[in-house]
Amino acid sequence: MSQTTTKQQHAVLLQQRKRKPNLVMRFLKQWDIQLMVWPGILLIFIFAYMPMYGVLIAFMDYNIFTKGDIWANPWVGWKHFEMFFNAPEFYTVMRNTIIISFLKFFIGFPAPIILALMLNEIRHMIFKRVVQTITYLPHFLSWVIVAGLTSSLLATENGSINMLLSSVGAISEPINFLSIPKYFWSILITANVWKEIGFGSIVYLAAIAGVDQHMYEAADIDGATKFKQIYLITLPTIMPVVVIFMILQIGSLLSAGFEDILLLAANPVLRPVSDVIDTYVYRVGVSNYRYSYATAVGLFKAIISIGLLTIANYIARRSGNSLW
Amino acid sequence: MRLGFSDKLMMIFIYTFLTLLSFSALYPFWNALVVSFNEGVDTLMGGVTFWPRVFTLENYEVVFNDSRLLNGFFISISRTVIGTAAAILMTAILAYGMTKKDLIGRNQYMVFFIITMYFGGGLIPTFLLVRSLGLMNSFWVFIIPGLVSVWNMIIFRTFFKSLPNGLEESAQIDGCTNWGIFFRIVFPLSGPVIATLALFTAVSHWNDWFLPSIYITNEKLLPIQTMLRQILNANIVTDQVAQLDSASQARMESMQNITSKSLTMATMMVVTMPIIMVYPFVQKYFVKGVLIGSLKE
Repeated sequence: MSQTTTKQQHAVLLQQRKRKPNLVMRFLKQWDIQLMVWPGILLIFIFAYMPMYGVLIAFMDYNIFTKGDIWANPWVGWKHFEMFFNAPEFYTVMRNTIIISFLKFFIGFPAPIILALMLNEIRHMIFKRVVQTITYLPHFLSWVIVAGLTSSLLATENGSINMLLSSVGAISEPINFLSIPKYFWSILITANVWKEIGFGSIVYLAAIAGVDQHMYEAADIDGATKFKQIYLITLPTIMPVVVIFMILQIGSLLSAGFEDILLLAANPVLRPVSDVIDTYVYRVGVSNYRYSYATAVGLFKAIISIGLLTIANYIARRSGNSLW
Repeated sequence: MRLGFSDKLMMIFIYTFLTLLSFSALYPFWNALVVSFNEGVDTLMGGVTFWPRVFTLENYEVVFNDSRLLNGFFISISRTVIGTAAAILMTAILAYGMTKKDLIGRNQYMVFFIITMYFGGGLIPTFLLVRSLGLMNSFWVFIIPGLVSVWNMIIFRTFFKSLPNGLEESAQIDGCTNWGIFFRIVFPLSGPVIATLALFTAVSHWNDWFLPSIYITNEKLLPIQTMLRQILNANIVTDQVAQLDSASQARMESMQNITSKSLTMATMMVVTMPIIMVYPFVQKYFVKGVLIGSLKE
């Protein structure tokens, strides 16, 4: 019996090998399902792969008049990279990028976890639903709206924050918060937490829902306080999810933000504290037409990000949660 | 369940904290709404917080009578509807093709797609490509580059794979073609996942202000979010100039009446309304969507 199966398998294999040369024929025969995937392949090729090829201009002096044909541009090697490393903005841009992304990581990352832990303690279902509904909403607003709301709150004329501060006597005259560098990081981080705290908590709430309820009952009988229960039962149970998200964050450590910074730091006075790699690329590239230079700066960031992602994945693999 | 003293204290803290958080989440919005219903010059005097002082619908009248803003709305709505429908259909078809086990090159195609999730050309090369394709100042720049989302394709594919095999097999026996199976069986059965992905796609279309700001110079093609950004920026400029000297302040004040705070807030409210209005109905979908997304494969 087993011999006949191996023979049959052999025959099938042989047939397959015979069919191999007819790959084109087989391909044409399944034209209907190939037709489903090829438009997608072409679009991804054009809009994802062609820009990757276009990165080559980082090593050239891109000339606006040689549209299409990038090979017509002269090679200049690492010139633009060297220029960036020696640029007066290099230090500021790198410092801001690192500080802002670390602030976002240490404040913006734990905030939704804390919110989820708090929401989990609420037994009053209507209250819980109301809080969830309200805090999820800002995620769906565009950064233009969030920046508009922020500048409206912080405005000198009829800005609620200034009115509050002067009514309690903390300030004698309104402060134009969005044009004073020392306030910028706090405003940026607050706006980010405001926008994403609720939405970010969804995934942790789902993880918390998976905690075995008997553990709480047992802890209750043992007289553990609520705080101890959170600390000793809930947190350890959702730890794997937290770790995965933390690792994913490492890869994007150089992406300090783009839209939020561009919009909240619309006032150029803030540039010394607000300029990060991405906004710098945008400014020198799109606004100042220094295409090759901006591409080089972007490539520099991409290379470091890939390095960080590889390290993150290495850590993930050691902890048993590989990303790929 | 008995609550000890420290537990009670913690619950009081949690309830207070969450109430404050909800208040702070809602207040900026409420305040903007109030200001949008308040008379423009009166707003400048300050003190408008929870309730309009001089109620007026004037700001909304101005917004709805501004042909440029209305045109911006039209562009935003068009790109959201067309862009979402086309992207969902395109991505779903691709994902269905990718579920076919006998698809020649399936694994290679998958690698080809996955790579783009980790690597990209970056802002400038993409910008130059779009320009060389002649998509600058074209409505299609909103639609075509976003037609295929690899992330959504993977979510669709995972969902399609979870559908019972028997359905497809019986349809095949009945002589249904692959495209027929997709349109008559698979797509109609994918309601929840379509709703979720369409929601996120639509929101990102509606909220996009950046791409138009670099690809579109023709004012007739600007979506409302990009226009709103220009209005907000103009306010900052007037603020700055007003600080410079009092001579130009008088001139600026007349300008401020056009782009007054109340008017800006009214525009902001109108831009946000579509999202606020559909939000309660789609809440259950996006919670599901986040969970699908975080599971990956």
